[in-house]
Amino acid sequence: MKPAARKKIVQVIGFLALRTAMVLVVAVLLLFLYDIGSKGHGAITWEFLSKAPRKGMTAGGIFPAIFGTFLVTVITALLSVPLGMSAAIYLNEYARQTRLTRLIRLSIRNLSGVPSIVYGLFGVILFVNVMRFGTSVLSAGLTLGLMTLPWTITASEEALKTVPNSYREGALALGATKWQSIRTNVLPYAVPGMLTGTVLGLARAAGETAPILFTGAAFFLPFLPRSLSDQFMALPYHLYIMATQHHAILQVRPLAYGTALVLIVFVLGMNMTAVILRYRLRRKQR
Amino acid sequence: MTKRRRDVQEAAIRAFFFTCGILAVLVLLGIFLTLVATSFPAFRQIKLSEFFLSTQWDPTSPEKAEYGLLSMIASTLMVTAGALILAVPIGIGVAAYLSDVAHWRVREVLKPVIEILAGIPSVVVGFLGIVLFGPAIAKVFHVGNGLNALNGSILLAVMALPTIISISEDSLNAVPRAYSEASLALGASRWQTLVRVKLPAGLSGIIAAVMLGMGRAIGETMTVLMATGNARSFPHGFLTAVRTMTANVAIELGEVPYDTTHYYALFAIGLVLFVMTFAVNLVADVVLHKYQEREQ
Repeated sequence: MKPAARKKIVQVIGFLALRTAMVLVVAVLLLFLYDIGSKGHGAITWEFLSKAPRKGMTAGGIFPAIFGTFLVTVITALLSVPLGMSAAIYLNEYARQTRLTRLIRLSIRNLSGVPSIVYGLFGVILFVNVMRFGTSVLSAGLTLGLMTLPWTITASEEALKTVPNSYREGALALGATKWQSIRTNVLPYAVPGMLTGTVLGLARAAGETAPILFTGAAFFLPFLPRSLSDQFMALPYHLYIMATQHHAILQVRPLAYGTALVLIVFVLGMNMTAVILRYRLRRKQR
Repeated sequence: MTKRRRDVQEAAIRAFFFTCGILAVLVLLGIFLTLVATSFPAFRQIKLSEFFLSTQWDPTSPEKAEYGLLSMIASTLMVTAGALILAVPIGIGVAAYLSDVAHWRVREVLKPVIEILAGIPSVVVGFLGIVLFGPAIAKVFHVGNGLNALNGSILLAVMALPTIISISEDSLNAVPRAYSEASLALGASRWQTLVRVKLPAGLSGIIAAVMLGMGRAIGETMTVLMATGNARSFPHGFLTAVRTMTANVAIELGEVPYDTTHYYALFAIGLVLFVMTFAVNLVADVVLHKYQEREQ
């Protein structure tokens, strides 16, 4: 065979292999979504979404779990969004390239690699025991808040970086102080981007199970949490129970599929919202 | 407002933001010190050599409680290695496809696909391990219920893929255009350019991507807890049930009495996990950093 022809054939085969890898990944995702969607949608009724579980969780709905996941995500956001945004403002607007700044950045990168179950252990000691919040929706929310902190900081800093320096300089040249320039000329342009990045992090937190296992999630509660020191049911933990711990696992499998579908819609819904917002934002900026 | 008051106010605002910034260091340090302090009491009763070298973990045994972590360390490493064997070639392949083969319109469609994959909660992936991959593995290999190390490896591969793909693709895209243009101008095909020029040039980024994927796999809890069968014995192959360190903490922490050696030993496992993932992430960070410095 001529070298040129061989080169061509090798390339065709090589690119085919790469394409196969891509097709495989797309196929896995479609398989996941199809399996959950096709077997889960049958369980979705108004009762399933609006009522508490009945008869040892073999009937009834998952409303307490939906509400619990919503509530814990709100607490997560209340801790991680303001702190994360402020940390990002420090890093992007105030910090100089010092050793300390490098240490902060290194810490953020390493925090995002700490296993979620280790955050759970930390939450047990810090929030449940030392701060005496007990196993509660507050402890779980704060644990998840710490876990999302590095993602919030990174996303917020990305948004701050997109604001051109001339905006800052314009305000400073008119005699504004540093904070005035940030407040009037940087934040209005950066906050929408900060929020979309943050929502992506919160979506991941909403789907997490390991950090809430021992900080506040409950196996079964017939009622909703009435205060922040109550335990709560959560969608991911409920799915785990229904899939592995229930006394009649095969009987409740349709309910487990239904729970998985609701959880996926909840999490991917948050993801989609953020992605669409980001897309609109980019178009507006252009 | 007087200038003096304004300066004080500015300094206060700066101090507030600085406090939030330094929080990341404090949290990381706090996690480490908490784990050290809480694991420490465990080693009043457990010998370090037993903890790391014995394969027997049986804290609730009525005769003699045993605290050997080796089986679980081996299980974690085995499941992780299996995941990487699957995810690394596929992940790099997809990254190369997205950066060098795909039309930009196709890429715009496929990138959100990767993001959606990254967004699927680990407990859902674990559930699919039970209902989808478990029965399939049982059928193909004629083994029990299919909840074993292989199942865990496949699922962890899926979970590590988005990390490996996005960081590898970034590093391939960061290879200067001049490199590939020079290669193409010398008559190399696009495939040759990809394999002999771009992949070697982006290698450090790809290594970092693999390390970060590995960190995720080591620390992942729910997926392995649900899909690997959780047998406590030393792993004898990919078709046996295994129990990883993360799964063991998740299983036992709920039932263990407070202030016992067993309780503290679970935090010691947490410390081992922390140190392992920290080391892996640090290596990734150093590799990535070196590479960025060289580029500048």
